[in-house]
Amino acid sequence: MKASQTYGLIAEFDDPTALVSATHRAYQAGYRRMDAYSPFPIEELTAALGAHHSKLPLIVLIGGVCGCIGGYLLQYWVATIAYPLNIGGKGLHSWPAFIPITFECTILVAALAAVFGMLALNGLPMPYHPVFNVSRFALASRNRFFLCIEATDPQFDPGETRRFLHTLQPREVTTVAD
Amino acid sequence: MPVDDPVHATVGAGTPAVIAPGYTFGTVTDKISSIVLTRRTPRGWYVGFAIAFLLTMVLLVSITYLLVKGIGIWGNNQPIGWAFEITNFVCWIGIGHAGTLISAVLLLLKQTWRTSINRFAEAMTLFAVACAGLFPALHTGRPWLDYWLLPYPNTMGLWPQFRSPIMWDVFAVTTYATVSLLFWFVGLLPDLATLRDRSQSRVGRFIYGLLAMGWRGSARHWHQYDTAYLLLAGLATPLVVSVHTVVSFDFAVAIVPGWHTTIFPPYFVAGAIYSGFAMVLTLAIPIRAVYGLEDFITTRHLENMAKVMLVTGLIVAYGYTVEAFIAWYSGNAYEGFMIWNRITGPYRSLYWALLFCNVLAPQVLWFRRVRQYAPGLFVVSLIVNVGMWLERFVIVVTSLHRDFLPSSWGMFRPTVWDFGLYLGTIGLFVALLLLFLRVLPMISIFEMRTILPSAKVDEDVREDLRVI
Repeated sequence: MKASQTYGLIAEFDDPTALVSATHRAYQAGYRRMDAYSPFPIEELTAALGAHHSKLPLIVLIGGVCGCIGGYLLQYWVATIAYPLNIGGKGLHSWPAFIPITFECTILVAALAAVFGMLALNGLPMPYHPVFNVSRFALASRNRFFLCIEATDPQFDPGETRRFLHTLQPREVTTVAD
Repeated sequence: MPVDDPVHATVGAGTPAVIAPGYTFGTVTDKISSIVLTRRTPRGWYVGFAIAFLLTMVLLVSITYLLVKGIGIWGNNQPIGWAFEITNFVCWIGIGHAGTLISAVLLLLKQTWRTSINRFAEAMTLFAVACAGLFPALHTGRPWLDYWLLPYPNTMGLWPQFRSPIMWDVFAVTTYATVSLLFWFVGLLPDLATLRDRSQSRVGRFIYGLLAMGWRGSARHWHQYDTAYLLLAGLATPLVVSVHTVVSFDFAVAIVPGWHTTIFPPYFVAGAIYSGFAMVLTLAIPIRAVYGLEDFITTRHLENMAKVMLVTGLIVAYGYTVEAFIAWYSGNAYEGFMIWNRITGPYRSLYWALLFCNVLAPQVLWFRRVRQYAPGLFVVSLIVNVGMWLERFVIVVTSLHRDFLPSSWGMFRPTVWDFGLYLGTIGLFVALLLLFLRVLPMISIFEMRTILPSAKVDEDVREDLRVI
C-alpha cells in the first residue's frame, strides 16, 4: 500500500489508563503527528500528547471586551446623538442606566465567541474524516479508546510504526485509509 | 476496595451514591441511548403527549383570538395593566433559572451529582424561556411589530429607549435564551456523536450526524471543548443572576408601592431558583419512574435538590418578612397600606395561600425521611410551583390594584382567555419536553462516563506524565 493512500495507523484500547500510557510512550518514541480519541474528556491525554494551552480563553476575552464596548457605545450613540430623549430631566449620557445592557452584551458576545471559537479551533463542522473509515471507530463514542499515528509524521513507517503500536498491547491495530 | 472495580465501587462522597454500582462505559451509553434509539416509547409518554398537545392547541386558539380581537379579551384594565401575562412571564423565566444553576453553577462547584440531571434541566430552561417570551411579546398588543424593540436602523428614524427596564429585559431575556441554547447544544455535541454512531436507521444517522458536526472525540478537541464548557459556565453564572435581577427591575424601578423596593433583586433570584428546583423535581420524579432511571437519578439527587429548595425557600421567606417589616418601619403610609391590603384585602386568600405554599409547606423538607421519599417530594414540589405562581400574581396584581389614589382603585378578574393562554403554555412546555425526551438523550452520556470509577487514569501513569 502506498503511503499517500494511508491516513495512519490506529490502535484500539480498553480503558483510559491504557490509552494515556500508550500516548505517552508514543510521544516519548518521538511521534508528534498523532491524536487520541476517547468517549469522554481525559485531562491527562492533553499532557500526554504534548498539546499546548488553548487559545480559547483569549478569544473569549476579546469577545467579551468587544461586546462590552459595543453595547455601551450603541446606547451612548443612540441616547445622546441619534435619538436624544429627555426623560424626567435626566442627563442624556445617563450611564448607570446603560450598565445592564452593557453587561448582557458582554456575556452574549463572549458566549458566542466561546462556542464558535471552540468549533473553529477544532475545525468543526467536519463531515468527513478518515478515522471514520475504520468501522470499529464507531465505538470511540461508546467505550473504546483509540490512538492514531498519522502517516504525515516524519517518523511514520507502515511496518515500523505498526510494530511499535503492537508493543503497547492494544486490542488491535488497523490501517486508516485516507 | 480497588477503585477500578466497577462492580463494587461507588462514586463521589456521601451516600447514597450519584450512580448505582455495576455500570461500565458501555452499559451507561446503552441504557441512556436506548431510550431514544431502541426502547419502545412508554405508554405514559403517549398519554402525556396527547394531553400536552391538546393544551398546545388551546394555546394556538388563545393566541389566534388574541390577534384577532386585541388584548381587550383579557381581564386587564385600568389600573391593572399588568396581570396574568406578566405573572406568567416572571414565573416561566424563574423556572428556567434552575436549569442554568444546575448546569453552570454546580459545574463550577464541581458537584458530580449535577451530571445526571443537568441535560433535562437545561432543556427545561429553554422551553420555559420560550413560554416566558410569548407573554410580553403578545402583551405589546401588536406582536407583529415586536421587532421595534430591537435597535436597528430604520426608515422611521426611531431608536429604543435604553433607560427603560423594559429594554433591559429585552436584552437580558434574549441573551439568556441564546446562551442557554448554546450551552445546551455544546453539552449535547458528544452525545449526538454517540447517537450518530449507534443509530440503526439511515434518517437517524443522517440527522444526528448533521447535528454532531463530525465530532470524533479527539483529545485535542476535548481539550478545547472542556475549556469552552467551563468558560460558558463561568459566563452563564453571572448571567443567570442578572436575568432575574433585571426582571425584578421591571418592578423595582417603578414607584408603585409593593414594587419600589431594594430587596427585589436578591429576593427574585432566590425565588427563581426555588421555583426552578421545584419544577425540576416535578419533572424528574415521574420521568425517572416511567423510564426506570432510578440508577442514574438516585435518592441522592432528590435529596440534594430538596435541600436547595429548603435553603432558597428560607431566603424567599426572609424576603416576605423584610417586605412587611420595611413597609412598617419606613413609616410610609402607602407601603403600610399595601402590605395591609395584601394581608386583609380582596386578594387576601391568595396571599395566605402563598405563605402556606412557599413558607410553611416546604418546612417538611427539614426531615430526611421526606427528602428521601419521592412521592412526598413530588407533592411538595407541586405545592411550591403553585405557591411561586401565586407569589408573582400577588406582587403584580395586588400592588397595582390599589395604589396612591382610592379613586383609581380597581379589581382584576381573569377571563377564560387569560387561563387559556397560561394553560396553553403549560401544554407547549410539556409537549416540547416530551419531544426532547423522545429524540435526544435526556441524561448527558459522556458526563455520566466521566463519573464512573473506571474513568480515572491510574496514579502511576499520572506520575509519569508529571515528569515531562
